[in-house]
Amino acid sequence: MVEVTKLIHKYLRHDKKFPHVWCPGCGIGIMLGALVRAIDRVGYSKDEIVMVSGIGCTGRLPVYVDFNTLHTTHGRALAFGTGVKLANPNLKVIVVMGDGDAVAIGGNHFIHAARRNIDITAIILNNSVYGMTGGQFSPTTPYGMKTTTTVYSNVEQAFKISELAVTAGAVFVARGTVYHAKLLDGLMEKAFLKVGFSVVEVISHCHTQFGRLNRMGSAVEMMQWQREHAVTVEKARQMKEKELQDKFKIGVLVDRELPVYQDEYEKVRKWSQGVVKK
Amino acid sequence: MKEPKKPKEPPNIDIYRAWCKGCGICAAFCPTGVLARDEAGYPYVQDIDKCINCGWCEIRCPDFAITVEQKKRRERRTKEEREKERPAREVTSG
Repeated sequence: MVEVTKLIHKYLRHDKKFPHVWCPGCGIGIMLGALVRAIDRVGYSKDEIVMVSGIGCTGRLPVYVDFNTLHTTHGRALAFGTGVKLANPNLKVIVVMGDGDAVAIGGNHFIHAARRNIDITAIILNNSVYGMTGGQFSPTTPYGMKTTTTVYSNVEQAFKISELAVTAGAVFVARGTVYHAKLLDGLMEKAFLKVGFSVVEVISHCHTQFGRLNRMGSAVEMMQWQREHAVTVEKARQMKEKELQDKFKIGVLVDRELPVYQDEYEKVRKWSQGVVKK
Repeated sequence: MKEPKKPKEPPNIDIYRAWCKGCGICAAFCPTGVLARDEAGYPYVQDIDKCINCGWCEIRCPDFAITVEQKKRRERRTKEEREKERPAREVTSG
């Protein structure tokens, strides 16, 4: 098992930046470990990968990895990632976002990147709250939960990120939790290997902001909550709708083939140059 | 009579205190209760003999502060060495 740690020392800027800024027990650290293991399994070199992030707790992630990294403005991580991919299609672009980055301020970028089907892997960490700015409610805060800006109760319904990605047209959509960390490795590996817009939603916890106000306990108790409420896709098929009401599915939700944007764009370039006739 | 099997050597758990923030995830999710927490909340190895080398503490540690290492086994003997150790077979006619 010590090999795992060796990998982490290989891919992280461990001599400069650690220990990291995240709270004790934060799921982003577990996700970072899964990300590094998945990248190693696929066998990318460090120079091949561009890791793009926006703002927020998750936006801090590229600071700790030893790849080409890009720390951009709030919500625009996918827009920057699209630019990088089109400028040099040989690079592997991984966009790491939080829920606020992906579906709040960057909601339009997210659905249109999915619709366009550009070859980017989007990893979205969903902790149901804006953690870094003080615990305000986000579009993924569940109905009836307390946050610092909804002190009585949240009266809005939550976005379901994976279902949104499926509807918007992503070719690979998977959901995992930080409790099921080994499953997460596999899902990320599949997402990296998929050509097209692939989304991995990682259900995490924010015990500092969200858990404290909702009396959900420490990081350990919130991870136990994930264990109790996660159902694998295979198991969910045999369960009734009523049993699934307060549960969420984990695993590969969609895996399909659609034309990829940069291949189609290459065709347009050839038509316009007269190399190939339409 | 057969000799009883030698008990397996337990793995080596190393906790890197400089990075550990004492969140308690490793101790809480250890399947056999090898790890425990001290008064300050930091983990320590309570009973190493129970360790089954599953590695979940290492995978779930958000701070990369714990490693589990299986101690190296004795190097495998080569074929010639094994042949030497084996008692010579009696040749039976028939």
